[in-house]
Amino acid sequence: MSFDIEKIRSLFPVLHQEVHGKPLVYFDNAATTQKPQAVLDALTTYYNHDNSNIHRGAHALADRATRYFEETRETVKNFINAKEAAEIIFTKGTTESINLVAATFGRKFIGKGDEIIISTLEHHSNIVPWQMLCEEKEAVLRIIPITESGEIIYAEFEKLLSPKTKFVSIVHASNALGTINPVQKIINAAHAVGAKVLLDGAQSTSHLEVDVQKLDCDFLAFSAHKLYGPTGLGVLYGKREVLEAMPPFQGGGEMIKEVTFEKTTYNEIPFKFEAGTPNIADVIAFKSALDFINLLGKKDIKTHEDELLAYANERMSEIKGFIPVGTAAEKVSVLSFNINGMHPYDVGMMLDANGIAVRTGHHCTQPLMKRLGLEGTVRASFAVYNSKSEIDKLAEGISRIARIKNK
Amino acid sequence: MNSIAEIQDEIVSEFEILGDDKESTIYYIMELGSAMESFPEAARIEENIIKGCQSKVWLIAEEQDGKVHYMADSNTDITKGLISLLLRVLNDRTPEEILDAKLNFVDRIGMGSIIGSQRSNGFAAMIKQIKLFALAIQSNQNV
Repeated sequence: MSFDIEKIRSLFPVLHQEVHGKPLVYFDNAATTQKPQAVLDALTTYYNHDNSNIHRGAHALADRATRYFEETRETVKNFINAKEAAEIIFTKGTTESINLVAATFGRKFIGKGDEIIISTLEHHSNIVPWQMLCEEKEAVLRIIPITESGEIIYAEFEKLLSPKTKFVSIVHASNALGTINPVQKIINAAHAVGAKVLLDGAQSTSHLEVDVQKLDCDFLAFSAHKLYGPTGLGVLYGKREVLEAMPPFQGGGEMIKEVTFEKTTYNEIPFKFEAGTPNIADVIAFKSALDFINLLGKKDIKTHEDELLAYANERMSEIKGFIPVGTAAEKVSVLSFNINGMHPYDVGMMLDANGIAVRTGHHCTQPLMKRLGLEGTVRASFAVYNSKSEIDKLAEGISRIARIKNK
Repeated sequence: MNSIAEIQDEIVSEFEILGDDKESTIYYIMELGSAMESFPEAARIEENIIKGCQSKVWLIAEEQDGKVHYMADSNTDITKGLISLLLRVLNDRTPEEILDAKLNFVDRIGMGSIIGSQRSNGFAAMIKQIKLFALAIQSNQNV
């Protein structure tokens, strides 16, 4: 099925504007996606009609807000096919979700000499929390190497696995290059040595079908704002038995069962991990974002984005001086590149002058850039509302820029 | 040599010719950078990098006949162009002139909207470093 792109675009008010006198082409979707009108409406409706604190109020508004809030949890559960809604914890974002696991599961179950495996492709938010934990616990961080094309070397991963391996935290799809990791194989192999696995789904959940029961991952972390939802909201999925074994993350309201000055007992999951008043409005509006994705269907979204990426690769291959970065066989819709003789910042700024929004720099993956011998890249990342004619504009912009140094 | 005020007026009128077209403005800035005095390889070291810039900017200064001579380089062409504008206004002047300089061309050409807020921070860091060098040379002169 091919989408009616104009109809989809009409749902996103922000796309209809000019930047530096040119129609906006928004290709920074891996950083954050734009929000459909339904999400914006859900936010204002909540504040106009339902604003109330949840789970405790003895009045109609609190009851409504609580119901809507828990409906989102149910929708997220279905979105990733979790067994039950209690396994869905709302956080500030992927970063907080990973930090939560490192600070609770990590602190309780990782000890001296234990090993944690990550890959060269990781975002800083899936590196630093584990480094901090390793430093505290005298544990060891092991890194899966990658090939020049930006794919992990699976055989090297197998060599790293041992009874010492307690945890594997791996990105599902790379934010900098788009590489899709063979996560099913990784999870199975990690489980075979008794290790738990966290998937960083920040870039995968918007493009790929992610079924946590089928994958059998122990944790999945992702952010609402990369899924056409509001900023400042993320999800941590965890298997019930793992979450129950973990100590709480933060102390405060909501997460307790009973507090006395002598001893506090903790609430059941998911509330044990949701101390304080949560981000109620954004959680409620997130449901509209997921409804939007479900309406279009992940399979068709993926087909559309794959077509865009294939078309972009084809157009860019004609450009002298265009250097693709990350050429894995399996990718989400990320086009990372450099222009021969030019700094990515300069390319990004010139594209911006053409109304084209891209990301430039190290994409919070400095170890990856170092491995590739690059200071950074220019990254164009496509979403469901992007079109081939926008890619034509990108190709025209890039060829004009590339000609400066590649005559 | 034209005064600091005169050179700034020159820059402003050049940018006025470019008008609102952001693309040609950027091309122009990049060309300015490519015309800059070549930077000594030996000085391309960590200690000479200006802190606070997103891209790498190397800046050195020395006293020549009571005036401050600067040399700069960057790994990005746009940044190199930006610093070349600053040096066009401030290079080879006395420390007093540099320290007293009112750099109004930056606002007059709408630099903030040309380069965006992140690069504007870097631009401010360049100006600060230029003035710090002038101050250091002035203190030496007064010893």
